[in-house]
Amino acid sequence: MSLTTDVSQAAAGTAAGKGSRKHGRGSGSAMQVPRRRPRHRRERIFQWLFLVPAVVYMALFFGYPVAKNVVMSFQDYTTATFFTGEAPWVGLANYVTVLSSSLFSTSLLNTALFTVGSILGQFVIGLALAVFFRRKFPLNGILRSLLLLPWLLPLIVSSAVWRWILDKDSGALNRFLGDLGIIDTGIPWLTSTSLALIAVVGVNIWIGIPFNLTILYGGLQEIPDELYEAGSLDGATGWRAFWHITWPMLRPVVSVVLVLGVVYTLKVLDIILGLTNGGPANSTQTIATQSYALSFHEFKFGEGAALGNVLVIISLVFAVLYLRASRRAVDE
Amino acid sequence: MKSIRKTSRPLALAAAAMIGLPLAVSGCGTSTASSSEAVKEISVMDYYNNEPDKSFIGDALTSCGTQAGVTIKRETVPGKSLISKVLQQSSSKTLPDVLMLDNPDLQQIAATGALAPLADFKISTDNFAAGVLSAGTYKDKVYGLAPTVNTIALFYNKDILAKAGVTPPTTWDELKTAATKLTAGDQYGLAFNANPTYEGTWQFLPVMWSNGGDEKKIDTPETEQALQLWTELVKDGSVSSSALNWTQADVKDQFLAGKAAMMVNGPWQIPALDKEPSLQYGVVKIPVREAGQTAVAPLGGEVWTVPQTGNKARQAKAAEVVACLNSDEKQLSMAKARNTIPSKTTLADKFATENPKLATFTELIKTARARTGQLGEEWPAQATKIYTAIQTALTGNASPADALKQAQGQ
Repeated sequence: MSLTTDVSQAAAGTAAGKGSRKHGRGSGSAMQVPRRRPRHRRERIFQWLFLVPAVVYMALFFGYPVAKNVVMSFQDYTTATFFTGEAPWVGLANYVTVLSSSLFSTSLLNTALFTVGSILGQFVIGLALAVFFRRKFPLNGILRSLLLLPWLLPLIVSSAVWRWILDKDSGALNRFLGDLGIIDTGIPWLTSTSLALIAVVGVNIWIGIPFNLTILYGGLQEIPDELYEAGSLDGATGWRAFWHITWPMLRPVVSVVLVLGVVYTLKVLDIILGLTNGGPANSTQTIATQSYALSFHEFKFGEGAALGNVLVIISLVFAVLYLRASRRAVDE
Repeated sequence: MKSIRKTSRPLALAAAAMIGLPLAVSGCGTSTASSSEAVKEISVMDYYNNEPDKSFIGDALTSCGTQAGVTIKRETVPGKSLISKVLQQSSSKTLPDVLMLDNPDLQQIAATGALAPLADFKISTDNFAAGVLSAGTYKDKVYGLAPTVNTIALFYNKDILAKAGVTPPTTWDELKTAATKLTAGDQYGLAFNANPTYEGTWQFLPVMWSNGGDEKKIDTPETEQALQLWTELVKDGSVSSSALNWTQADVKDQFLAGKAAMMVNGPWQIPALDKEPSLQYGVVKIPVREAGQTAVAPLGGEVWTVPQTGNKARQAKAAEVVACLNSDEKQLSMAKARNTIPSKTTLADKFATENPKLATFTELIKTARARTGQLGEEWPAQATKIYTAIQTALTGNASPADALKQAQGQ
């Protein structure tokens, strides 16, 4: 009893207080400080107005889709929903279905292998090329810009071309290997369950090299030449210079490249769809491709959204790692 | 006081703009014509965005429009984006007056309530092949009719077969022997597509259905035998394992290049094949397991529907256009122009004699089955299971029996 009265009294008190304070402030601003307050307020309003475009943009193009996707993942969202607007709540059913499906563990493993393989290849080759292009030699600029080519091609085009290159019977790669006498029969790059993922990773590495090269090359340009000169006086050349000068100085750039690379790679869809469609026998099925198939081929929008959210959460973990790493870098 | 008013004006303006904008946007969507007005124009959406089909369909639509006294405002979208466009339009209530759909999608869209039953407009469904009607029917009501349809059969290269002394196969055993005999060097005996999409399922359906397989339950001996055939053909090398990743267009390219002596494909490839004058080809039904079994082929083709736009007068005009597209005369002319088959069985004999190249396909349509005939909206899920099983068996990950069992249980 006493508790409720206390609470209601307290509530009444705050309500009254609020009312009176509001009233007080209103009259006060109008009467006592007529000049300074409005100007201050005006400034604040303008500050907010400057924020409005960004806030509206974020809410419209990032907030809304994310929120909608989360809501969708708890609904039985079907084709009928689009016409009737009805999507019954099903709680966690969508999550249970996709996470307990036997395909989920396959996709998760493939996503992990695809991401690790792609990042490792892209980064090592990208870094090697970046270090290589740091030297001054003729045609350096032209060669470097040619290496950007994979980045400029639409992914649909590159995957179609690679699909032809990797074809078992008439593909350019098998022809080439055959002419060299390395192989007798065509290697089924895209149709063998043990090779398809490797082939897809290989194509993704090719696509990712320009990104790694560009950013790492930029990072290398930031390292002052004096450090290498001083190092060479102390006997640090070649590999030693790389390990003791280049690598430590490049660390902040490396963390950016790796984390962005992981987030980009996790969501890769078009390359896999273009090359193998997730096949053969799901051996290149990733969470991204499976989520796409659920939503747009089987029309199970709720399950597709649930799986999409799983992918968002995985990406988020890496995004948080990135933010922490970059904060530490600033602190240092 | 003055200063306060000054600041509040931009704020109010901004607020008004933000509230007003979406209103203005949504305002554009609502149709303004009332149903009592005379309808002069109706909108049509289809996915025939490539020539020559684009013009063939366009001409038919224009002439049907003239007959109904309306002009046609037509929009063609790429096949892959049609469904997402339809869903988007059905949520914003901006569906076209006449909508074309691929037949396996019809039930999915009819289930949403976005389509009007054609009986409302007294459109006759007499004489249509049973498969065509079952593809257009959802819960006992016909929502869409296809003027012309298609299916798949076995194409064979006459020269290669003659040279090897092989006659076109009619049973599975004959198919296996022929395929092995025709495989030499970089030439395969047969090409089909078994890719992990609905297309892979579609190409497998003839052997599955002809042998009595049922899409509702795929782990049966009948379907297993069919999958066993596909697996053996790939395993003994008479079909390239690239089939796991080929599309029907790739299959046609292999056949055109002489790298496959036979192929499973549809009549829409005929124009491409005819462009190569040196290629002599014939078409037979896809072999059945034992002589005497009926060849059951899957039905392909697009149905025309009248969406629920809420405007009765426009719907009535739209229905007139759909009825006209399905008239005998239009069926015959469109089928001839587009290498497809008229969907009325009464036209079959006349059409087959006039177009001998399409005779096999015309014969097959009489017994062809619609993919959604039994399962309706459940078809996509089951079709996914079928191609998953095909891929599992063809890669050797599991025996056909186990592959089907695993897939059915998924």
